[in-house]
Amino acid sequence: MSTQQAIDASPSGDASVRDVVNAHTPFRYDRLILWVALGALLANFGWIVANNENFEWPVVGRYFFDPTVMQGLYVSLGLTVVAMVLGIALGLVLAVARMSTDRLASTLSAWFIWFFRGTPLLVQLIFWYNLSTLFPVLSISIPFGPTLASWDTNSVITPMTAAIAGLALNEAAYMAEIIRGGLLSVDRGQSETAEAFGMTRARALWRVIIPQAMRSIVPPTGNQLISMIKATSLVSVIAMADLLYSVQSIYNRTFEIIPMLMVAVIWYLLITSILNVGQGYIERYYSRGDRRTGKDGPAEKPTNTTMAEEATH
Amino acid sequence: MSAPDTREPLVRARNVHKAFESLEVLKGIDLDVMPGEVVVILGPSGSGKSTFLRCINHLEAIGRGSIMVGGEQIGYRMKDGRLVRLSANAIARQRRRIGMVFQQFNLYPHMTVLQNIIEAPVGVHGESRASAVENAKRLLARVGLSEKIDSYPRQLSGGQQQRVAIARALAIRPDLMLFDEPTSALDPELVGEVLNTMRDLARQGLTMIVVTHEIGFAREAADRVVFMDDGVIVEQGTPDAVLGNPQHPRTKAFLARFL
Ligand SMILES: Nc1ncnc2c1ncn2[C@@H]1O[C@H](COP(=O)(O)OP(=O)(O)O)[C@@H](O)[C@H]1O
Ligand SMILES: [Mg+2]
Repeated sequence: MSTQQAIDASPSGDASVRDVVNAHTPFRYDRLILWVALGALLANFGWIVANNENFEWPVVGRYFFDPTVMQGLYVSLGLTVVAMVLGIALGLVLAVARMSTDRLASTLSAWFIWFFRGTPLLVQLIFWYNLSTLFPVLSISIPFGPTLASWDTNSVITPMTAAIAGLALNEAAYMAEIIRGGLLSVDRGQSETAEAFGMTRARALWRVIIPQAMRSIVPPTGNQLISMIKATSLVSVIAMADLLYSVQSIYNRTFEIIPMLMVAVIWYLLITSILNVGQGYIERYYSRGDRRTGKDGPAEKPTNTTMAEEATH
Repeated sequence: MSAPDTREPLVRARNVHKAFESLEVLKGIDLDVMPGEVVVILGPSGSGKSTFLRCINHLEAIGRGSIMVGGEQIGYRMKDGRLVRLSANAIARQRRRIGMVFQQFNLYPHMTVLQNIIEAPVGVHGESRASAVENAKRLLARVGLSEKIDSYPRQLSGGQQQRVAIARALAIRPDLMLFDEPTSALDPELVGEVLNTMRDLARQGLTMIVVTHEIGFAREAADRVVFMDDGVIVEQGTPDAVLGNPQHPRTKAFLARFL
């Protein structure tokens, strides 16, 4: 009863007090305490790590820009970019094939995805690398008919091509499912409208469906990219000198294992941080039609849990 | 109707049947639409009105019968005396002069109003960007939304979105316009602005097939009213005849709800 009166109180008396422009947010002491406690904890941890002789920070500093490390970083980044670009392109083809009404295309695509998601990446890499023991000669021929062209497998499958093939084909299988999920998330009415306006299916995909699907494709693709950077460290088993391989080659000589691993860890973290920032920009770009004001609104926070499958590699 | 019309109909539907699985939705529709004619299709929900519209531009394939638009059979062609199915790209070509306006507007949300309007003219019809933009500005002026040219669809009201959708359909210079309940998703006070735009188009001689529940629009703007129920055309004629003096009991029952 009394609260009701307060709300209904005469406009002349309360109006300015009730005006929400005069409202203030109560100070949250509990949050402050948590922040301070967490800050102290982190500072303390940082202090301990920084002053722990066993980390040998001077060694970390000395090798951080070492040419061998730089070369390894270059290989890791290069492999990531090439495998990711090929993986996304092939993944798009697989996703479209999987969704097409053509039974042949959708079946082939489903098998590809089943196989490359269903076997460990490490095993796939080793298979590609050892392809020559399985098939000493690669050839193009008519099935059960004459051979048109052939190559010695060892000259085609270098560690580099084995690494690219292994990473890209595996990535394509995961990207296919991410892209398919994105395409399915777009309202049916959109492709129907594009169709009604006489667009071909390819054009409708490119101009209407994919730009809208990007909103749900980008966050899990960010995950994939970060996984990929770390997955490139697997290629050290097939003698590719990536970042991890190069720091290993140094500590095998100097036995400074922990500081050299710290060099790699810091590089990996630096790269992923840059990627996170980039992802934020891309997400804002693809949500442009969503802003009611047309001005920069608060960007949506990327959700790193969008992916159904985690730890893909 | 007046003196017998000797021109070819723009749309000629013959014995059109359509079923979804075992559900028969269209059970033999015959309909001719003359160039410049405005046909309003009335009928209870679920009677197959949307399905019939969607068959006209082959968004749905029909199960039996034939539909001709502008002298071409939609989805098929004759070859050596036999009827063969057209490829997806050939069907896309047949749709180029048929505009469509949807109940849910279906604007492309990632494109501005201008981009929405010029997408098909530039991308499908090969019009130059400059001339498409000029035409888009003219069309936006016509639907009274010139100042919204750079807005995104979500920044517009429902009525404004539908008027943009109409401008978008007009931009392909259609020979035929299909409207599927263009005002049904709108707040009552926004219905008028869209109907006004459509009335203008009707006056200017555009051939239109309009599915709507707006009896007032049918009375003023239609040359012919078609009443559909349960997958068949029950009754058709001038607005005065069908709306003022319905013959069939199902038509009477349907119209009674609007009095
Ligand atoms: N894609 C579809 N699959 C199955 N049934 C459908 C589909 N589209 C429409 N229908 C059914 O066809 C009937 C007619 O639908 P519709 O043409 O939308 O009617 P109206 O537009 O007159 O309300 C309804 O019973 C509806 O459920
Ligand atoms: Mg309908």
